[in-house]
Amino acid sequence: MKNRDRRFTLLLLIPVILVLVAYVLYPSLRTLIESFHHKGGWNLKNYETFFGTESRSNLRALWNSVYISLLSVLFSALIGVPLAFIFNKYEFPGRSFFSSAAILPIVLPSLVGVMAFMFLYGESGLVPNAIKDLLGLKHVPFKIGGVSGILIVHAYTMYVYFYMTVSSTIRSIDPSLEEAAYNLGAGRFTVFRKVTLPLLTPAIVGASLLVFMTSMASFSAPFLLAGGFRVLSLQIYFSKVNGNLQMAAAQSVILSVVSISFLLFMRWYQNRRDYRMATKGIGAHRSEIKNPFLKGSMVILGVLGVIILLLPHATILILSLVPDGTWTYQTYPSVFNIENYLFLFTEPKIWDPVRNSLILAFLATLGNLVFGVLTSYVLVKRKFYGKNMLDIMVMLPWALPATVVGMNLILAFNEPSPFTFGNILVGTFWILPLAYFIRHIPLVVRSTNASLEQLDDSLEEAARNLGAGWFYLFRRVVLPLVMPGIMAGTLLAFVEAVGEFPTSVLLYTLSNRPISIEIMNQLRMFNMGQAAAYGMIQISLIGLVLFISNKFFGIKAERSL
Amino acid sequence: MSSVLLENITKSFKDYQAVKELNLEVKKGEFFTFLGPSGCGKTTTLRMIAGFYYPTTGRVLFGDRDMTRVVPEKRNTGMVFQNYALFPHMTVFENVAFGLKVRRLGSAEIKKKVEQSLKKVRLEAFIGRQVSQLSGGQQQRVALARSLVIEPEILLLDEPLSNLDARLRDEMRTEILRLQRDYGITTIYVTHDQVEALSMSDRIAVFNFGECQQVGTPKEIYNEPANDFVAAFIGETNLIPVIWDGKGGETLQFSWEENKNKKVVAETLFSSYERDHHLSVSIRPEAVEVFDEEPLNLQNVYEGNVELAQFTGASVNLFISLGEKTVQALILNNQTRREPQPGDKVWVRFPESHVRVIPRVMNQPARSMST
Repeated sequence: MKNRDRRFTLLLLIPVILVLVAYVLYPSLRTLIESFHHKGGWNLKNYETFFGTESRSNLRALWNSVYISLLSVLFSALIGVPLAFIFNKYEFPGRSFFSSAAILPIVLPSLVGVMAFMFLYGESGLVPNAIKDLLGLKHVPFKIGGVSGILIVHAYTMYVYFYMTVSSTIRSIDPSLEEAAYNLGAGRFTVFRKVTLPLLTPAIVGASLLVFMTSMASFSAPFLLAGGFRVLSLQIYFSKVNGNLQMAAAQSVILSVVSISFLLFMRWYQNRRDYRMATKGIGAHRSEIKNPFLKGSMVILGVLGVIILLLPHATILILSLVPDGTWTYQTYPSVFNIENYLFLFTEPKIWDPVRNSLILAFLATLGNLVFGVLTSYVLVKRKFYGKNMLDIMVMLPWALPATVVGMNLILAFNEPSPFTFGNILVGTFWILPLAYFIRHIPLVVRSTNASLEQLDDSLEEAARNLGAGWFYLFRRVVLPLVMPGIMAGTLLAFVEAVGEFPTSVLLYTLSNRPISIEIMNQLRMFNMGQAAAYGMIQISLIGLVLFISNKFFGIKAERSL
Repeated sequence: MSSVLLENITKSFKDYQAVKELNLEVKKGEFFTFLGPSGCGKTTTLRMIAGFYYPTTGRVLFGDRDMTRVVPEKRNTGMVFQNYALFPHMTVFENVAFGLKVRRLGSAEIKKKVEQSLKKVRLEAFIGRQVSQLSGGQQQRVALARSLVIEPEILLLDEPLSNLDARLRDEMRTEILRLQRDYGITTIYVTHDQVEALSMSDRIAVFNFGECQQVGTPKEIYNEPANDFVAAFIGETNLIPVIWDGKGGETLQFSWEENKNKKVVAETLFSSYERDHHLSVSIRPEAVEVFDEEPLNLQNVYEGNVELAQFTGASVNLFISLGEKTVQALILNNQTRREPQPGDKVWVRFPESHVRVIPRVMNQPARSMST
């Protein structure tokens, strides 16, 4: 009966809301409250300091964050959009290989990627030095660092957003739309401007907002490359390290406000108009390139592109084979063996971080799996008031920069609270799995949502009509059918947790330090080889997971973003 | 197997009433059809019987048991969905066995029952297939087998043929009827297709605007429609608005609303009539007689011009303008006779015994109609 139905919805909702309030909402509120505290009183001192004229470092960091993000959007779009066009509109030898290679950057955890770029293009990087030796120059012809370094890393990792969203939109455009325009007498340029571009606008705007948010929150690249250059996410870290938690709180609030307004803007924009195609069953429609010269140069460009894309991965692989202490003053490494990998099995100190990472990620992901499936089911299949609010709350960890999530947890759980059963979590083992769990809630919920939305309600009704109770039909009908979506999100959450750096660096303890922290430590000790070996472990894990989800669940890597 | 009684059922959604004060009885073993245009409340009513909706007011009874607030899984109804709702991750066997497994039958018994019911729908050879490998008609039969194997008290069919092409539809119509007679199961069938309804049902309830307009056998519904909506929705008809003039001996006298000089005489009485009802005359195209010359000493004869003659094979559809009104007449394809051609002058006659006077409910505020 109706009330029974309502009661059941409520029963499902209670744990969802409890978890969200305890670990998402409450920590955020703590940060907000803390940001208005200064020297024991309620006031706006922190914000005055931030915006004040005394020291402009915070304001400058905010401005740096914004303009780096804007430039990241521009460069990512300049790479991603043309690539999407070339790979989806034209047919030439090797096209399908190149187009799958184009998503390679997502197989690189942020910290490892930045490390690879340092070794490739930095002051003592392999590429500038190779050019120097080849041309017999006195100094390296170029090096990355500071703003240029951050921008190059951002463009390399974030163009994938543009590439994937625009690609999937191009594929969904019914070719007969463009043909209709040609048939009505429009020229190539008019068709592009009046038909293709308007249809692509939502994808481009969506990707722009995504890149902007991601690079506002970016931590690893500035952390390793910025030098004296400050961005807001770094400022938070430094305030925390210097013990000024209240300033860190104020900085977190400001960064969150920027990010959340972008999230809300994005939701509004995506709901505003709907360009979904009315047609079904669209066949791929690529024009073949006939001109042999053009065809040849396409292939050469493609090969070059793949090489550039693969260089970071290759660099990490090569470096991981260089034993510590054999590459000091030389331009290029000369000794190669698998010593760094052997240490994993012989030195407990080297193995510990790997084991820690796997345990932490496993715990967090297990939580994500259970919580994500429950939340998604409630959101998609149940009716209740305030669904929109719940949806926003679920998406909140996605809009919050990782550094802010870390700060929130520090400020909320560095004292006993009812949500932690009266325990202090900061400084314990459990704070890291909790952080990873919170970070990846939206990932699992979103990918499960996508599957659940495609599940016709009549299947559930048919099962009930045949006499199945809710638990039976959930286990036998709903779960098996949405499993691909659940697994896509869960596996991705797992690899992201293994590679997670920003929250780790804020929250780790010596006993639970994960791989990323150890990479940082090894880099500080100039043990490049060991750091790279850790990086390779992360890369292989991600590769393995993408392979598994493709092979066993038929999930394309691009679907999981 | 049991009868279904709907008592004073009203179903309101947020801002509109989908079903209004519905009273219906479906007898044991009957093939009963809910017929009406989309949005008329027929599917809502079916879903209240299945338990997916609960009525805002009123009661649902199976036999003498009150089922109004019973959850769907405890009702023991077998429902076939418009899209069949087969579980895509299960084989044909697993789909049909689902309801039996829920009922905790032994695996030997499940196997026997599934095989039997697949035999009934002639799909025993497909038992191990994935449902995605089946054609639309075969999927439909799996859905039927799945609903029937649990030996439901009532079989509910929600527009089951609407996703099939015309030829398969005819085939499945006979198939469903055969199964229904075989099992002798009380069946409620929802459709918007009047041909399906007329050819399959023991009785039909015609719905519109959330109200039941008429309940009756296919013959009653077709020959004695309760109002102009039923007359127009079931089959083709000519509707002419009329005004009551009075009684003339054994017959009833009316004049056309649009031309008072034109008179209509009717023998039949309309079933229900209230003072404030406007009236129409309904005459089916096949009842209209067409003459080349003016017939003498007959009533309800009008002169007209043929506007269009549509040849449809078995018959010819004539559209004849009578001045104020164009009427449709259906004459059989008689190869020895020359059919009237467009432009021909003809005389049409509405035989008094076939003229039906009915209240008008279309194009004016809906009124509750008793039959």
